[in-house]
Amino acid sequence: MKAVLLIDFGSTYTKITAVDLDTCDLLGTAASYTTVESDINHGLAHALEILERKIGHVDFAETYACSSAAGGLKMISIGLVPELTVQAAKEASLGAGAKIMKTYSYQITKSDIREINELEPDIILLSGGTDGGNSETILHNAKKLREVTWDAPIIIAGNRSCVDECEEILQEKQVFVCENVMPELGKLNILPTQELIREIFLKKIVQGKGLTEAKDLVSDIIMPTPSAMLTAMELLADGCEGESGIGNLIGVDLGGATTDIYSIADGSPTGANTIFKGIQEPYAKRTVEGDIGMRYSIGGILEAGGVQEIAKRAGLSVEKVNQMVKHLNDHKDLIPEDMEYESLDYGLAAMAVETAVHRHAGTIEQVYTPMGEAYLQTGKDLRSVENVIVTGGALIHAREVTKIASYALYRKEHPEALLPEKANIWVDDKYILASMGLLSKVYPKAALDIMKREITNYGN
Amino acid sequence: MKKKTLVIGVIGADVHAVGNKILYHAFRGAGFDVVNLGVMVSQEEYISAAIETGADAIVVSSLYGHGEIDCRGLREKCDEAGLKGVLLYVGGNIVVGKQPFEEVEKRFKDMGFDKVFGPGTAPEVTIEELKKDLFSLKEA
Repeated sequence: MKAVLLIDFGSTYTKITAVDLDTCDLLGTAASYTTVESDINHGLAHALEILERKIGHVDFAETYACSSAAGGLKMISIGLVPELTVQAAKEASLGAGAKIMKTYSYQITKSDIREINELEPDIILLSGGTDGGNSETILHNAKKLREVTWDAPIIIAGNRSCVDECEEILQEKQVFVCENVMPELGKLNILPTQELIREIFLKKIVQGKGLTEAKDLVSDIIMPTPSAMLTAMELLADGCEGESGIGNLIGVDLGGATTDIYSIADGSPTGANTIFKGIQEPYAKRTVEGDIGMRYSIGGILEAGGVQEIAKRAGLSVEKVNQMVKHLNDHKDLIPEDMEYESLDYGLAAMAVETAVHRHAGTIEQVYTPMGEAYLQTGKDLRSVENVIVTGGALIHAREVTKIASYALYRKEHPEALLPEKANIWVDDKYILASMGLLSKVYPKAALDIMKREITNYGN
Repeated sequence: MKKKTLVIGVIGADVHAVGNKILYHAFRGAGFDVVNLGVMVSQEEYISAAIETGADAIVVSSLYGHGEIDCRGLREKCDEAGLKGVLLYVGGNIVVGKQPFEEVEKRFKDMGFDKVFGPGTAPEVTIEELKKDLFSLKEA
């Protein structure tokens, strides 16, 4: 037996997964409350004890970890035009597993600098201008960034005609230079930046978050958890050498505070008279809805869907929902034990999934031109996606999880949404996706094998 | 010498793609950096693209006769967006029906376009004008 231990240091829980590489078997999983403030190793030691009680003593040959502890990887993205380089910088940061605290467009100001100092980001991403394009703004912003007193690494990934100058301006800071996130208008080039973000995360940030103490226990690869998630979804969709994946997918990770949506699909227009608007979309795309979550962000769900619709889905009265939501606001750790709270969670989860997936997916609009009808597409066309995979504590333990997942599909109330009408629903009920993302960096085939076996396919 | 950057596209609800492709190749062949926005381009798209790429000129095409409505206010929006003095060209079948070109030209120049080209203009003519305007602008 060659056992590998995979650790996910979360902000509230440390989750561990043990696998046997020889047989590609999942040995077991365990979770324990995390205490980053005191010592991250306590949570890990406790989780290991729980695991040992479940599966007996195992000597691990290798250990890998990902982390979203201490608020995750917090980033600020700066670009020029909101729908162009700002969007590209945002895609780069999200795809690297970051939490975007704020984006800035055009020229940043003194008050923006004050705000950046207050936000205390882990990394600042400075972009702006296509190669050979606008240089005035990125140079202005580089000069302004000199005034930032909070010590965070700055990545320059903008117009290559002036990166040298930007680097010089910022020489007193920790500066990293990277390829432009948008070298040509509308064209995304985010992988080099994502790679750099991961490197910086590993070298600089892990130390600052109390994770170095765990370093003795962990062999390698400390990456942000959402990045491990995205890696796992890509592997599950596309497969690896010698083993095929399950095909294009939409991933839903419904959490207490935020909801992450992933899509692994090309998403380009398919119709001959469909015109694409906006910048190129990443093949592996991640979006984060900061206002949609099952406990800390219930307000956002209510705002998006309306309390009446949620009450209807939950089968409760509006008064009852309001009263229960109030109670949940005071008891954020509540896990439903009675029917009423289960029903409320069902209603909230259905609305959360629907809202977050619809914000992620592209839209199509029919327009009539003097030459006949045409279609305008913005965002990714996910109509041909065949799989929806759901994960996250709030979903995998919920009642009627496949019914909740079906809210990620096309609904006639939103005729403009480019979502599939039907898809296979997969449920990550053992919560192994992030771990498998980690494992896949070293043993992709084993990770894929385990995912295909352990993630439950409920069909469509 | 640094290449000059042009932003081109067909404005409004116009889907005529062939002339747009020809212009793209002709302008590139003439040594320009060309950012082609394709068909059905809104005023805002021209402006965003011109800001991000630091464009020297915006060349608007219109074939379907509604150009006059589509082009209104473009110069003012450019000014507002900080693209003061950017070279604005328009060409194609830019008005409804057959109207004397001098009148059409005047109307579009009043709207703030630097050069106006009627139907059937060869790309070479526009290229010649672009070279004159862009390189004399540099000297001035």
